[in-house]
Amino acid sequence: MNMKSDLPSKMNRRTWIQRIQKLTILTIGAWLSPTFVFAKKEDADEAIKKITGSAKIQEGRVTLTIPPLVENGNLVVLKVSVESPMTANDYVKAIHVIAEGNPLPNIFTAYLTPRSGTANITTRVRLADSQRVWAIVQMSNGSFWQGSAETLVTLSACTEMV
Amino acid sequence: MSKTSRTQLTVPATAKKNSIIEIRAIVQHDMESGFRYTESGKLIPRDIIRVFTCSYNNVEVFKADFYPGIGANPLIIFSTIATESGILEFKWLGDDGYEAVNQAQITVS
Repeated sequence: MNMKSDLPSKMNRRTWIQRIQKLTILTIGAWLSPTFVFAKKEDADEAIKKITGSAKIQEGRVTLTIPPLVENGNLVVLKVSVESPMTANDYVKAIHVIAEGNPLPNIFTAYLTPRSGTANITTRVRLADSQRVWAIVQMSNGSFWQGSAETLVTLSACTEMV
Repeated sequence: MSKTSRTQLTVPATAKKNSIIEIRAIVQHDMESGFRYTESGKLIPRDIIRVFTCSYNNVEVFKADFYPGIGANPLIIFSTIATESGILEFKWLGDDGYEAVNQAQITVS
């Protein structure tokens, strides 16, 4: 067999492989779509309602930092910072962190005082799934602010056997 | 029954008056979430630390509630204002009578 007659069949195979690759990317994309992530959204909403009551939650002032891609959900470094002067009249009272994809949405609640100086909290959390994590912040004047971050988790917490 | 375990604190030994200091506190604890099963299918009961408090010369300056979503060996980094020389006391309280206490000395100038 000479090279010339072999070439077209090789090209065909290559295009076929490319098509399969495209299809795979599409399938993964569908798997990670928000409809899957929002499966437990109601639980998280309920947890947020419990904290805020009927008060309105405003967007902004809160920055929640988690890595956008997490290999192991068992230890994820999570940082919350809130823009606040932290004076006796205007300070952050409480920071609530809620994960909408965890079996229990509440992760932690930190209570701050004017003596905190800044409103920066860092801790390590567990994430059960790719999801959005919320930080609900209560100010000293009773207003609520929120911030959130989304992450992809490749190995979930809570699934391993002992 | 009372249980306790190793803790580690990172607190500056000296600080300028009214400066903001960063505090890191780690405690050795499994934080068993209560959502895991053994290979025989038995649910492992929840055993976590529930509350962490930091007192500055007996005045509470920071408190946190923990839930199963906190990872094993809980680390928490927060800040406080160095107001006066004295002792910072850290306390962790958890399930099954768990209690761990640690102290750090600070000199404020």
